[in-house]
Amino acid sequence: MKTALRAIAVSAALLVPFASHAHKMWLLPSSTVSTVDQWVTVDAAVSNNLFYFDHVPLRLDALAITAPDGSAVSAENAHTGKYRSIFDVQLKQNGTYKVAIVNKGLFASYEENGQRKRWRGNAEKFATEVPASARNLQVSESIGRVETFVTAGKPTEAALKASNVGLELVPVTHPNDLYAGEASKFRFLIDGKPATNLEVVVQPGGTRYRNDQEEQKLKTDANGELSVNWPAPGMYWLEAGTQDDKTSLKQAKQRRLSYVATFEVLPQ
Amino acid sequence: MRVVAKLAGAMLLMSASAVALSAELNLKLEIPRLDVAEYHRPYIAVWVENQDQSTAAQLAVWYQTDKKKEDGTQWLKDLRQWWRRGGRELQMPVDGVTGATRPAGEHVLSYKGTDKQLANLAPGKYNVVVEATREVGGRELLRLPFEWPGTQKQTATAQGKTELGAITLNITP
Repeated sequence: MKTALRAIAVSAALLVPFASHAHKMWLLPSSTVSTVDQWVTVDAAVSNNLFYFDHVPLRLDALAITAPDGSAVSAENAHTGKYRSIFDVQLKQNGTYKVAIVNKGLFASYEENGQRKRWRGNAEKFATEVPASARNLQVSESIGRVETFVTAGKPTEAALKASNVGLELVPVTHPNDLYAGEASKFRFLIDGKPATNLEVVVQPGGTRYRNDQEEQKLKTDANGELSVNWPAPGMYWLEAGTQDDKTSLKQAKQRRLSYVATFEVLPQ
Repeated sequence: MRVVAKLAGAMLLMSASAVALSAELNLKLEIPRLDVAEYHRPYIAVWVENQDQSTAAQLAVWYQTDKKKEDGTQWLKDLRQWWRRGGRELQMPVDGVTGATRPAGEHVLSYKGTDKQLANLAPGKYNVVVEATREVGGRELLRLPFEWPGTQKQTATAQGKTELGAITLNITP
């Protein structure tokens, strides 16, 4: 029984999000410009093509929705299917909502009694579940965010405040105020400090119907900022990733940080 | 010195609004008759735009105001330029600005410099912007430049192709 459970846990860990690096994780809102009391429905998936659900769903266990006043909102009608998860959010307040999936975890591999073991969990569980006698212990930490933004009425910024943990995006240009042909500026933070020289990829959706990936490869400046030009209206995917050694557990030598967001760029 | 400057500023302002007192803005706007299977009257917004495209004055917003039907404010965002330039900050309805959708045909909008829509419009160069969007239809936006209040009569015209017909702006100083 215990073995079966562990097998399930491991396979779940392998599915998303950390073992699927080659794939793209995303949240896709039905609209980003709305009015108070309206609903948005959001797809959550992991795929190669943007934004088509054709691989595995993005799990909703770590879903966190922040209302314009900073309070937490729960999703409704959440469901995970074969290729995508979906959920609905009612925009009961005027302002900007942040929809995020924040995965934090520790990963260990080690040998016990001559057998290779894999483990996933948090710092508390590490102390009790990973035996002190573990040989060739390798531990890594991961903090990954997948976000999108939706606004009822006038865009606001209270929900976009950084938590100062891991890699985050804070607006210079509001993420629900993006227009084709206009440059937008974003700032990236690692633990609340500017993420300088960070590699960021921006890609428009609709990849199934074109040959070129149309990726923009960008880098943040000394302030952790970069400017994105949107060639055409549509949904865009942004990804940034890096690693450092600022782990929360002394056995962990490496910390992987990732950030993904979906933006809607509007026509003029 | 400062008092003098302030006084001069105030006098300038007074004389400016004195010019605008007699000024008028008249707009003739045509909603085209369309031969389509499913016709809904368009949502239309008319506003005065500064040179940097920020909004200087709201003139008219026509949307579905019938209380017996679905809440019409939810589609105001489809007037997307107007929405971005200030519509999203307004609490509907706006007295003297908002009203029900109108049928195909010619509509005339008239404002005096003393009307509250234009009372705070400083002398300068502007555009009148007309944006129309229609359920299961298209969207169109037209700009007509003018100087307020100007020194002589001005006329600007624009011709829509799809959702708007002929538009004529007349300014009387």
